[in-house]
Amino acid sequence: VTAQRQRLVATALEVTVPILLLVAWGVASSGSGTYYFPPLTDILSTFADTWLFERVGSDVVPSLVRMGAGFGIAVVVSISAGLLLGLSPRARRAAAPIVEFLRAIPPPALLPFAILVIGVGNSMKVFIIAFVCIWPILLNTIDGVTGVDPTLRDTTRVYGVSTRDRLWRVMLPAASPQIFAGMRTSLSLALILMVISEMVASTNGIGYFVLQSQRTFAIPEMWSGILLLGILGYTLNGAFVLIERRMLRWHRGARASALG
Amino acid sequence: VTSVARPAVGRPKRTALRVPDWLLPWASVVGVLLLFDLLPRIGVLPRDHFPPISETLSTLGEQLREGPFWEAVGNTLQGWALGLAIAAGLAIPIGIVVGSSRMLYRAVRGVIEFLRPIPSVALIPLAILIYGTGLESKVFLAAFASFWQLLVATLYGVQDVDPVATDTARSFGFSRTQRLFRVTLPSAIPYIATGLRIASAVSLILTVTAELVIGSAGLGRSINIARSGGNEELMYALILTTGILGLLLNAIFVRAERRVLHWHPSQRPREAGA
Repeated sequence: VTAQRQRLVATALEVTVPILLLVAWGVASSGSGTYYFPPLTDILSTFADTWLFERVGSDVVPSLVRMGAGFGIAVVVSISAGLLLGLSPRARRAAAPIVEFLRAIPPPALLPFAILVIGVGNSMKVFIIAFVCIWPILLNTIDGVTGVDPTLRDTTRVYGVSTRDRLWRVMLPAASPQIFAGMRTSLSLALILMVISEMVASTNGIGYFVLQSQRTFAIPEMWSGILLLGILGYTLNGAFVLIERRMLRWHRGARASALG
Repeated sequence: VTSVARPAVGRPKRTALRVPDWLLPWASVVGVLLLFDLLPRIGVLPRDHFPPISETLSTLGEQLREGPFWEAVGNTLQGWALGLAIAAGLAIPIGIVVGSSRMLYRAVRGVIEFLRPIPSVALIPLAILIYGTGLESKVFLAAFASFWQLLVATLYGVQDVDPVATDTARSFGFSRTQRLFRVTLPSAIPYIATGLRIASAVSLILTVTAELVIGSAGLGRSINIARSGGNEELMYALILTTGILGLLLNAIFVRAERRVLHWHPSQRPREAGA
């Protein structure tokens, strides 16, 4: 009985604590005369005015398009490259120092380079997002492919499965749990780089809006933008987890049955 | 049977012109360097955007003798170190406390799950408002971003303690503090170490971001200044420097991990590569 009660209390805590914190923020800020921390109600009403749906077309959509394009390019490039490198140990050895170095550069340091070479337009932002998102997916794909059960590898070879089928039906599915893990890391990177690139050089987008609001001392607007980015980060992550779970259901199922 | 298992499948043997395996990484590095030296020289890459890599490297060599260069490196390292230290000082104790209590963990889990995916860069404007454009902003952002990495790593580590070990310690009459230092912490340390390594990279990234966006002194700002001043060689030299810094810091953490955790199974020799 006590265990059950404990579980009940825990669940209750899990639901109430976030609500209590939000209420506490609301109460603490309600009478606030501090310029930088406006009342929560002000932030929320500004949020409704700004983002529902006045600036969706002018800022949210461009931001999401950039992010989606960069992330999409990174997924295609890094999975293909990862499959190739995963299948060839020699190519892997040769690529290792280059990959390690490019990955070690703090991504924002490449922004000036991208601005210089590509300019300040959309393609610069897409490039920088894609460039940064490539590494986690690439390394995870390589890991996934090299980790494929050797028996499986040899079996497909013995049965004369064509290279194409081997890639599509054996390697890719077997590596997919790791590929998804890499994609999840990259997704949060994509959001971060979207914001930074828009802060550094842009005339629209959420990142631009937030920094511009701060510069013009439109404090509730700034907070509403921060809130939007938080919600965006949370939703994107949540949506990705759902997709991942759906796509990898077979994997979990297979593992569960293999374990008995 | 095994001797005939692999007939003519796979690539044909080419004994001539085959670079030995140990030489491959070096060959590719030299190859890439040569490529980025020659392509701008013969005009395939626009030279004003891509100076030959030898010029970039010689600029980097000159910079190594310059005071301002080392000052920028020092500023960046200062932001990195303070950010990481503050994050570690907060995240590890909080993670241990929260992770050891099921109730506490459940109570804050939702909050953590909500706050963690928030891109820390969203807080840049807030940091400017509160802390201005100096070191504090940089440290705030770096600490905020690395805090979550470390907190989650510590939480995982504390919760992954073998319950049998805890129960054994309990039945042998170990006190709460003894259990913490002799059972919980040793088994959580590998997670914390990994968390520290990742948090270090995150701290460096946010430090450079702050320098670039806010304009706090450091490598990020110097890169931006070099670009707007049209000094491409310097810009590339500084970007290379950030990469080298990233590699070095990572290497230090890997080595430290190996030293501290030499007893742990994760540090036993594995198949090289990957």
